[in-house]
Amino acid sequence: MNNRYDVVVIGGGPAGLASAIAARQNGAKSVLIIERDKELGGILNQCIHNGFGLHHFKEELTGPEYAGKYIDEVDKTDIDILLDTMVIEITPDKMVYCSSSIHGYLMIQAKSIILNMGCRERTRGAIAIPGTRASGVFTAGAAQRYVNIEGYMPGKRVVILGSGDIGLIMARRMTLEGAKVLAVVEVMPYSNGLNRNIVQCLHDYDIPLYLSHTITDIVGKSRVEKVVVSKVDENRNPIEGTEMEFDCDCVLLSVGLIPENELSNALGIEMDPRTHGPIVYENMETSMEGVFASGNVVHVHDLVDFVSLESETAGMGAGRYVSNGEVSKNRFVRTINGDNISYVVPQYIRKDNVEKSVELSFRVRRPTQQVNIVVKDGDTIIAKFKKEHVIPSEMEKISIPKILLEKADKELVVSIEEDA
Amino acid sequence: MRELICITCPKGCHLKVDEENDYKVTGNGCPRGAIYGKKECTHPTRVVTSTVKIVGAEIERLSVKTNGDIPKEKIFDVMKELNRVVVKAPVHREDVIVSDICGTGVDLVATKDL
Repeated sequence: MNNRYDVVVIGGGPAGLASAIAARQNGAKSVLIIERDKELGGILNQCIHNGFGLHHFKEELTGPEYAGKYIDEVDKTDIDILLDTMVIEITPDKMVYCSSSIHGYLMIQAKSIILNMGCRERTRGAIAIPGTRASGVFTAGAAQRYVNIEGYMPGKRVVILGSGDIGLIMARRMTLEGAKVLAVVEVMPYSNGLNRNIVQCLHDYDIPLYLSHTITDIVGKSRVEKVVVSKVDENRNPIEGTEMEFDCDCVLLSVGLIPENELSNALGIEMDPRTHGPIVYENMETSMEGVFASGNVVHVHDLVDFVSLESETAGMGAGRYVSNGEVSKNRFVRTINGDNISYVVPQYIRKDNVEKSVELSFRVRRPTQQVNIVVKDGDTIIAKFKKEHVIPSEMEKISIPKILLEKADKELVVSIEEDA
Repeated sequence: MRELICITCPKGCHLKVDEENDYKVTGNGCPRGAIYGKKECTHPTRVVTSTVKIVGAEIERLSVKTNGDIPKEKIFDVMKELNRVVVKAPVHREDVIVSDICGTGVDLVATKDL
């Protein structure tokens, strides 16, 4: 433990592990990971199901195994680790202030910082479900931690709101542990989870999925006793007369994730209202020179494999920054979300810092079949990609070769065009 | 012809399995889809991931998995068996916790170092 490091990584989940290793391999002589939990690995530790690592390790791993492989890699290096340590503030002079159970109050001077804080779940308050304040309402991720790490069951008869992957995974998990999952309720007309999870988590256990439905009341004095579920119209407003009641003692919410950016906001880096994460350049550098960010703190990913990949870019960026200094901002283009696209990451690309190609990640707003992903600068078409179907729950990635990128002058507008 | 969604990877290919033609699979993006399609129509299997009680570790539960597919109808037998298991730390990833669980020929292994 020192009080000066080339690179300080905030967060020891999948993003932090990958960016720390990449920073060390690309020029940083000293790297520190600061993690608030008692162990490295982040949320992967509670994601005990399999399906991780097919892209990155070319094999199917559980969350703890995926994390374990990275932790083994970190252990082989001289990267320092601070566990049970909470970062309180980061300042523009790259001082990291934190509080540690072992070391007390710490002030650490970094040359470069990588923000890898991940995201957190939206709660009941964020979606304002009417009803009493009875106990038994949990976010799906909190329930997952109770069951898989701490060994508690949060309820016996369960209704799950939201059909994102965490909701689906928890439907199966609660069923396996002996609970009865009465329903998964989804306000949209389609599920936001992966198809494979609908099959292996719901169909396998005959758990009904109610699309275009939502919870309109939670009833119960001290503990949840029942919920009322109603059908919604195309504007997502509940339709009177369609109410169904479910007797349950537990409601799990899987209603979205938000990047966790209190530290980024206090630091004063530029944020993107579309992603709720920092604005980043092609190497995942934020608006503040030498401060990088990657993973779910930038935009919420579906697959951890892509968090690792993006974090390698951030780590490489930080490593090169401490060894070679600042990147020239002379020639840059901005990425813009066009038709049927909700955001594009990175938001800025410095053309001189692109070696072979640049990856753009984005999400569509609506499910669409037979499309062309079109990248334009004004009327000039820079690139075009055909795709069978696109859906909001799947992050799309395209790669723009440097030769094509050179054709762009000011901006890259990414849009979805339906095949005529 | 049976229509399935492949669960082998997050891509979720839409498979068509021809039951009258030796379970010939179409619509698969990779060879694993063909294997899954045939298996799902003849004897469906799953990997079970769960936890067992651990003592002497920082946390209460050790994450485990069946080190291969088991018949789908044995899932709850395996879960029942897991409830009886108590492990002592230290445990390492890939350590066998229960060998040949429920006579499936598949081992239950740890997925975490604790």
